[in-house]
Amino acid sequence: MSNPLSDMEKPDVIFAIGTNMTECHPVAATRLKRALRNGAKMIVADPRRIPLAEMADLYLPLRVGSDVALLLGMAHVIAREGLIDQEFLETRTTGSEQFLAHVAEFTPEWAESICGVPAADIEQAAKWYGAAERGAIYYTLGITEHICGVDNVQSLCNLVLMTGNIGRPGTGINPMRGQNNIQGAGDCGAIPANFPGFQPVTDPANQAKFEKLYGKKVDLERGITKVRALERAAEKTMKAMLIVGENTAVSDPDRKHCEHALTSLDHLVVIDIFPNETTALADVVLPATAWGETDGVYTNTERRVQRVRQAVPPQGEARPEWWIIAQIAKRCGIPGFEYESAKDVFNELCSVSPIYRGLDWDRIDKGEYHWPVPEAGHPGTPVLHETEFKNGRGVFTVVGYRDPAEVVDDDYPVWLTTGRRLQNYHTRTMTGRASGIDYLQPEEFLEVHPDNVTAWGLEDGGMCRMSSSRGSIEIRVRATDKSPRGTVFCSFGFGDVRVNDLTGSGYDPVTETAELKVCPVRLERV
Amino acid sequence: MTQTSDAIEARTASQTTIVLDGTEVPFCDGETLYEISRRHRKEVPTLCYDDRLDAFGACRLCVVEVDGFRNPVASCTTKATPGMVVRSTSETLERHRKTLMELVVSENTGGSARNGNIDVDPLRGLKSQELSNLATRYEVDGTRFAGATSGKSRQDDGNPFILRDYDKCISCYRCVRVCAEREGDYAISVMNRGFHTQITTEFDSKLEDSACTFCGQCVQTCPTGALADRKALRDAETPGELKKTRTVCPYCGVGCSVDMLSKGDKIVGIHPAMDGPANQGALCIKGQYAFDFIQHPDRLQTPMIRASNGQLVPATWDEALDRAAAGFLAANRDHGRHSIYAIASGRAPHESAYSVQKFIRAGFASNHVDNCSRA
Repeated sequence: MSNPLSDMEKPDVIFAIGTNMTECHPVAATRLKRALRNGAKMIVADPRRIPLAEMADLYLPLRVGSDVALLLGMAHVIAREGLIDQEFLETRTTGSEQFLAHVAEFTPEWAESICGVPAADIEQAAKWYGAAERGAIYYTLGITEHICGVDNVQSLCNLVLMTGNIGRPGTGINPMRGQNNIQGAGDCGAIPANFPGFQPVTDPANQAKFEKLYGKKVDLERGITKVRALERAAEKTMKAMLIVGENTAVSDPDRKHCEHALTSLDHLVVIDIFPNETTALADVVLPATAWGETDGVYTNTERRVQRVRQAVPPQGEARPEWWIIAQIAKRCGIPGFEYESAKDVFNELCSVSPIYRGLDWDRIDKGEYHWPVPEAGHPGTPVLHETEFKNGRGVFTVVGYRDPAEVVDDDYPVWLTTGRRLQNYHTRTMTGRASGIDYLQPEEFLEVHPDNVTAWGLEDGGMCRMSSSRGSIEIRVRATDKSPRGTVFCSFGFGDVRVNDLTGSGYDPVTETAELKVCPVRLERV
Repeated sequence: MTQTSDAIEARTASQTTIVLDGTEVPFCDGETLYEISRRHRKEVPTLCYDDRLDAFGACRLCVVEVDGFRNPVASCTTKATPGMVVRSTSETLERHRKTLMELVVSENTGGSARNGNIDVDPLRGLKSQELSNLATRYEVDGTRFAGATSGKSRQDDGNPFILRDYDKCISCYRCVRVCAEREGDYAISVMNRGFHTQITTEFDSKLEDSACTFCGQCVQTCPTGALADRKALRDAETPGELKKTRTVCPYCGVGCSVDMLSKGDKIVGIHPAMDGPANQGALCIKGQYAFDFIQHPDRLQTPMIRASNGQLVPATWDEALDRAAAGFLAANRDHGRHSIYAIASGRAPHESAYSVQKFIRAGFASNHVDNCSRA
């Protein structure tokens, strides 16, 4: 997030797109509700009539995968109505001429023909956001899990750059991270393109720095993403894999392909807290300590670096991941793993990462700092991009609309979109083993518009077979007008409803994030 | 925290003062007499007050005397004005507060009030001791006004999280207010008046059939334990002292601070951290109630290796680590550094992800590392 969570109470116009925040980030949503009580206006764009949509002043029910069209239409109106922040445009951005010439083509009427949102509502949304004193954008995986995920994000950035809604309290572009420490995993350098602290691996200065730090030649090329690695595993050119705390076989799209890839490896080592579909394929399974059993650090969605602490002893022989990995590294003859505590590891991270350099184990005790914290004594950076962007000026990107990887046709005439529900989390490895949760949601179900239930010959509460070109599953039908006509929804939480057998139609070419939010399917009563 | 620093600023910047218990003290614009009293560590009792909620002025325990006012005033709803002369305690006030407490405690039929203390298990909720502590302080036992009571427990509501023990309810409405003001859910409300007052949902239903999201905020603000944490109470009889450990919730990316409650080696519950920077005391159903997975019997207990018969079998750490290392070394030797890949977890702490990337980069001169953010 460019802005802290506390800023969510400050906007006068909220634009929430592709985020089911009351279910997926409920505590953050309480802040938006307070902003509404303070008089803020809220625009919600989502294919489903989610709880946030019920609270919105303006709800834009767009067709799945059509975000770029909607956002181009909004950009067109902002430009046409003279709502551009000229001073910001001139002093803080570049590429506006080309961009403005581009958006002049894309009227709200054109956008309506693609995304299905009435042109008048697109106009209204653009006028509100464009005229906002403090306009803030919030988004989640509804924006990124598309073949055009990067285009979607850049389309949002374009709106921000046109209106100057950045670098001030109550504004910004704010992705809500879905996992407790997914921000931290990136911060730590567990990504193929960057050393810790987002230092590009292709920069010779960084290469020299890490050669010195790690006492070993470093790779001059970027690594490949997990998606490509699994492909190479299936082709038998990737031979050995270490997977930590991820049920790769289930959480990734196209499950059959994943299982085939993992079983094709010569050597699979999995570190986790529960047995799962991925540990079942491993050559070595190593038990890790869980939350509450280990000391460590998480970084949250607002870049706040916080301590987690051990409260109870580990189960069985479980050990912290850093210890396990250090033991493997030592046995491989890799130097630099002589850690005695989580504190040693974290302090080393701080010493090699420019965004954590001003932090250490003791300094983060109260969780006061948002990175970057470039040196000791620095107060941290709750609001990013206050006076300049990381690379100087904000760059407008010319983005065009593309259809999803697969679109509905006679064989697969229904849009399926997936997500999470309030009570359950991810693949339920945790919530499925917490008592009481089952009471509220004992099984997965498919949300179908009541008119469609009738028209397609389904039965509310009955079972149906849902098929895509990749597979077929059975799931219970629930009639609800939360789903629009022609689009159905379920979560990927339940192991007996393997929805990721169906998904996996395509990937964003830049991030290689799968298009989990769009999958044409066929439904049949069983 | 913010309040304190604001107050310090006010103390240095502001010229406006009141006289509190004979001492001249400065105040910020808009500050109430209760806030000023608390800042000066006066022990003004409250029951309907929660500093995250709008002041309500219902319990009248926080009354103070102000010169020029005929009757004591509720300090939580009275804003300071320059020159006010305020007494936070006096014989009259204490007598008044004791009488009020006797009335309130007579409402609360739970526990053993008649023995001079109301026994409330702290596992019921974060603020569940407030009434019993005040009953002890004012030495009241509920006998003086014994008789009618309000609120009837909802034993029919079998949800696994929130015990609705309204026999202990004193109608402070903190639950209703936290649900509306902090959560914005408006799942519960007040039905009837006087001794017929009942906290209930729309259509007087079970919580699961209402707008309730089971965030547990009502439980954690309840000052009597009338709303109680059913999951935590399972361990009421578990031996051991109740220990609190400050940590951060393991679910979504908001990073809510919590206090993990444990007895001996067992995790028994969660309290929201009121001073948590990301959540300011708020939690959701997962953070509040989905904590016990860590001690589920399914947990992996020992290292395992695949035996020659294809089965995963338990192994010692040494055997398993040797086997893990040997496989990576063999791949590196036979197929080169780019035949090895690692996926770090977005769930584990930094120390895990940092070690994973260092293992690949320092170990095999490769950038073949990723995390689970792409799916």
